[in-house]
Formats: sequence, C-alpha cells, structure tokens
Amino acid sequence: MSDNQLLEVIERYLNGEMKADERKKFEVLRKENAEVDGKVVEHKLFTNLLKQYGERVELETRLNAIHDEIDVHTLKENLMVHPVWIVQLWRNHHSKISVAASVAIFGVLVSLWSTGKLNTGDNTNIVELKNKVDRLDKSNTNLSRSINAIKSEKGKSTVVDKYSATATGFAITADGLIATNYHVVDGANAVSVQNADGESYKAEVLYTEPQHDIAILKIIDKSFTGLKTVPYTFKRAESNIAEQISTYGYPDGFPAYSPGSLSSLVGQNGDSVHYKVTIPINPGNSGGPLWDSKGNVIGITDAKQSQIEGEHFAIKIRYLLNAIKNIPADSLDNKVLLNKKNTLAGLSEAQKTEKTKNFVFMVKVYN
Amino acid sequence: MNKHLKDSTPTDSEVILGILNNSESALKRLYTAYFPMVLQLIINNNGNEDDAKDIYQEAIIVLYNKVKAGDFELSSKLKTYLYSICRRLWLKRLTQINRYGGDIRDFQEFLPIEEEDVDQHSDRDIQFNKMESALRLLGEPCKTIMEDFYIHNRSMQDICERFGYTNADNAKTQKYKCLQRLKKLFFQQK
Repeated sequence: MSDNQLLEVIERYLNGEMKADERKKFEVLRKENAEVDGKVVEHKLFTNLLKQYGERVELETRLNAIHDEIDVHTLKENLMVHPVWIVQLWRNHHSKISVAASVAIFGVLVSLWSTGKLNTGDNTNIVELKNKVDRLDKSNTNLSRSINAIKSEKGKSTVVDKYSATATGFAITADGLIATNYHVVDGANAVSVQNADGESYKAEVLYTEPQHDIAILKIIDKSFTGLKTVPYTFKRAESNIAEQISTYGYPDGFPAYSPGSLSSLVGQNGDSVHYKVTIPINPGNSGGPLWDSKGNVIGITDAKQSQIEGEHFAIKIRYLLNAIKNIPADSLDNKVLLNKKNTLAGLSEAQKTEKTKNFVFMVKVYN
Repeated sequence: MNKHLKDSTPTDSEVILGILNNSESALKRLYTAYFPMVLQLIINNNGNEDDAKDIYQEAIIVLYNKVKAGDFELSSKLKTYLYSICRRLWLKRLTQINRYGGDIRDFQEFLPIEEEDVDQHSDRDIQFNKMESALRLLGEPCKTIMEDFYIHNRSMQDICERFGYTNADNAKTQKYKCLQRLKKLFFQQK
C-alpha cells in the first residue's frame, strides 16, 4: 500500500466511512503496526488543527465585520478620561517647564553670588553674635565685681546685718506661738522675731504645712516673758466678698499699715485655699495678718504669688486653725488656747493698729 | 449610539445560547454591548483603539471557545468576566512591550483570571499562526484545495470540478501531495 493509498484509508476510517468488517481489519492493523497507528494519530491531530484554524479565521472575519460597524472614533472621544488642565500642561510641556525652572534657580544663585549676599549674610550674624558675647562678658564682669563688693561689705558689717530675709508674722497665743508663711522660713538655718519696740527674740520653727504655705514658730528666747492677752480673734467662717480688710507688717523692714478689700473668695484658677485681695503689699508683708473691719483675723497675707499689680492672695485662716490642731502634742508645752474675745470691735483703724502692733512681728531669717 | 447599545445589551444566557446556536445576531449584540467598556480600559491605560480591538476580539474568542467546548460556567456577570479577561490580556501585553508602569486605571470591578485560561489561548494562537504561514507558503492551488477539503468539508467531486481535474484519482494524488507539503511546512517552523 502506498502512502497515498494509506492516507485515503485513514481518512475513510477517521470519517467513519468504513463498513464494520473493514473497520475491524483496520483496527487490527493499527494495533499490530505502530507506524500506521502513529500516522492515524498524527493525521487526526493535524486535520483537527487545520479545521480549528479555519473556524478561527471565520470567527475573526465575523468579528471584524461587526467591529467595522462601530463608530470607534466617537466612542473614543467620549470615553477618554481627560486629565485636568494642569496635568495636561505638565504632560505636554514638562521638559520645557523643567528647563525653565533650572534656568530660574541658576539665575537666582548667580545673582545672589554676584551681589555677595551668599557670603555676607553669615558674617553679619557672626558679628552680631560676637557683640552679644562681648556684652554678656561685660555684664558678667560687672556681676562678679558687685558680688565682690557685697562680699567685702558683708565682711565689714557682721555685727549689724546678718539676716538674709525679712517677713512678717503674728501672734497666735500669748505664750509665743507665731504664724507666718512656710516659704519665709523654708531652708532657714535660724529664725528670730522682732517686735514693734525693736526687741528681737530667738525662735524655732515648730510646725509647717508646706501644701498650705503655713509655718508656726515658737519664741524660745530666754528673755521672752510672754505677751499680753491677744486682742484679736480668728474667724473660721468664710468672709464676705468686697469686705474692707487691712494688714500690718514689715514690707521693707519697717512697720506699715495697708488697707484694701476682699476681691474674691477664691484664689488663682478657682483655688479655694486662698482669698484674692486687692491691697498694696510687698514681699515683706508675707506672713502678716489679714484683718476684717471688725478686727478678726481672716487670713495670712501671702505676697508671694502676686502677678498683677495690687492683686494678691491670702491663705484663709481656716487652714491656720487646722494646722494648729495638727501640731504634734509632744512638741507643745501647753495646749494651744486661742483667744475667744475680740477687744477690737468698734475701734477706729488707727486705734486697732495701735493695739495690735505689738502682736505683729518682723520675722528675720538666717541662712 | 450609546443609548442604542445599552438598550440592545443581551442577557447573559442569551449570549451563551446564541454562541451555541451559531447565532450571528447574538454575537453582534454581545460584541457591540461591551466593546465601549474595553475601549475605555485600553485607551486610558496607554493603548489605542487598535489595541482595544485586538484585546477585545481575543477575549471574545476565549469566551466563544469556552462556551463551545462546554466548559464555561458563568460564576459572575458576563460583563465582569469579559472585562477581567481583557484586563489580564492587556496587562500581559503592556508588560511585554515594557509600557506597564505598575499601575492600571480601572473602570469596572473585575475577577482574578486564572493564568490557564489565557495561556491555553495563546498556545493555540501560536499553532494557528504557524498554520497560517504554512498555508501562505504552500501557495495555490494547494492552499485552496486544503481549505476546501479540510476546512469547508467540500467533497473531492466538488474540488475536481472546481480545478478541472479530469478524474478523481488525479485530484486525490494532488491533495495528498499538498497535504504532505503543508505538514512539512508546518512542522519546519519553530
């Protein structure tokens, strides 16, 4: 059988054109002869591929025909997403824009360089800084000079002036308990108190409550024989706003009387420990008594926190009374008995001051 | 035009049945319904309208073959399926021509497409390209004889008459020779 004839047989076999007995015979031949079998398989695959190729070409022709009916151009116009104009501008001209920007930057640099701005800017700064350093240096020298002066002065006058700060304090009891501010005696090596007659007594810090800025001193000087009966009382209840008040103290080492008014029942930012008072006082007034118009002590002047002129704070007397109760029993000789009888009511301010001045002390602090 | 296209959008089952029944109108409605979607994808992602045509027809053919082979399961909307195929094909094409910037602007939701679907398709495309050039090299009258007999299923009798062969045996011999040459040309190609 020639190849030509074999192919015809294979085609008839694949197309199912054989009769049953002929088909059987051919299938036996396929099994026995591997070469024939291979040709059958190959022919089948190849003609199938050819057939599929034909179908593909036909499908593509159909699709192309359909495609040709579509107005692609109009569709394209409608479907193109047009970027915003600035993006378009950038896309179309970015090379030109880049060149222009480079030229501009270069130009600025060149003109800066040629006018000397690039160099001198730093120098003026350096000169300014140097001037500043010189000035600081000078003030430093001045400072050390004045420190030396103070030192030498101190050396000369050891007898007269030894204390480093003064403030005010007032008697709580006749046996020598004195109230003042904690910040006055904080860090002090020794404390003494001086009365209106200029008599000084040695004192010790008996008890403190730093959280309320309260300190209680006790006179321990041997020459101290006790005070007369305390003329004022302590008013535990809250005072009234706008009440006339006064204080007496040693703002600059000399006694002074200051009247004022109670401007608020709360201190800074609503703090309820303090009253806000409008009264002209100085740091030396710290620890002084704050009287209401009837001569009751309603607070301890606390000049420390002043920020606005004429506006100060005073610790409510309630906290002093609590502090007194908190004094440990073993540090006291006698129980603290507060005066219950106010002998100042109805007196003028001058009379009151005259009667109380011996109960208000200048507190001297030695560091 | 847009409105007209929208009105004539075929349902998914219409398309499947239409392909199975070789319906020309179903194919046309399918083609016109979703071409704008693919055109939009391609022209806004570094392509032109010719790229869109190529990619879209390729996707239609993938769908067509799957439906014809009977292994097409519609697990999503046909629209989504076609968009996903086109997206996959276009990404592949962009990568090949080094125009893919790592970012594609999408206009529809899409599904992950299995590599298999697209790769199988391109394998077959290579075979078809080989066949095409083999046929071209074969020349006439062999080309027409091959096409008539093996593609259009014409009988040898028809072919005899068409080419003026005096008897069927001559024609058969001629056909045999042509086939041998075609095979040789086909398998010679790499």
